[in-house]
Amino acid sequence: MSEIESRFQEELGTRDMADPGEARAPHREHPSAKEYIRIGVILAVLTALEVATYYVDVGGALVPTLIGLSVVKFALVVMWFMHLKFDSPTYARYFLMGLAGATTLYLVVLISFGVFKVG
Amino acid sequence: MADLAITPGHGAVEAHDEHATTTGLPNTKLAMWMFLASECMLFGALISTYVLYRGASQTGPYPDDVFDIPFTSVSSFVLLASSLTMVLALAAAQKRDVVRMRLWLLTTALLGLSFVGGQVYEFTTFYDEGLSISTNLFGTTFYVLTGFHGVHVTVGILMLMSLVSFSTADRLPDDAAFPVEMVGLYWHFVDIVWIVIFTVVYLIPTPSPAPV
Repeated sequence: MSEIESRFQEELGTRDMADPGEARAPHREHPSAKEYIRIGVILAVLTALEVATYYVDVGGALVPTLIGLSVVKFALVVMWFMHLKFDSPTYARYFLMGLAGATTLYLVVLISFGVFKVG
Repeated sequence: MADLAITPGHGAVEAHDEHATTTGLPNTKLAMWMFLASECMLFGALISTYVLYRGASQTGPYPDDVFDIPFTSVSSFVLLASSLTMVLALAAAQKRDVVRMRLWLLTTALLGLSFVGGQVYEFTTFYDEGLSISTNLFGTTFYVLTGFHGVHVTVGILMLMSLVSFSTADRLPDDAAFPVEMVGLYWHFVDIVWIVIFTVVYLIPTPSPAPV
């Protein structure tokens, strides 16, 4: 980091706002086309499993299975196709802040309206 | 303060960003992630409204009367495939293979167009079967949620076509990976929203209608 850049950051106090060492750490290389295709195939298989639950009776395991499969698919796309696994963790923090905020807020709303009440 | 400004291209920022930033990360990419985080709030509201009113419609048609799961499953595969072609476009852009990049971007746009076409067909069929946006709570929450998603896919298609046009007109930088990655982030987000919608709206069975 140049002297002028250090002075700029000291002036703005940005050292406290973000850890430059972490943010500037060289991120890992993005996956190759082959790896993308492998993830694509896994996603297709998971989707096929989801669709299969429509035809095969899995009883009480249906909802947990479907939610589990969609969480895995969601994570695979975010981590591999959107590169959160490879890029700076700062991006992940921003996104997770929104995602966790939305999930918490709306779960509280749904619980308070008795959506998950059994019986 | 003016003399303290950081000169462009100075500092250990990501290779594809021209300007040094105080975080060391490209502002455009950070802004895109913040935008996507805010979109979680928007779609969270729409999805939870749908869940809140599931099974609360007093009159039909109900989800089981109109949903065509095999058809929507094909649409889901199409959108998933478009995410794969999008990352293949990015991989080509990173290798500076412009021809392949354009080809994959066009394929992604076409797959997106097929998805939107499928949605238009689905909406038309549902309307013919008596489900409009004002028929019942199911119709209102379903059309608003999936309609918003469809609009997002349409915006994504416009972004993809713009990238192709800019590339054809030679108006993209030599290293086009960065703009392709930004459009890709938006496109994949649209895909992950559909992953949730497909499960919550189409696959999880709706409880029996509430007694009047």
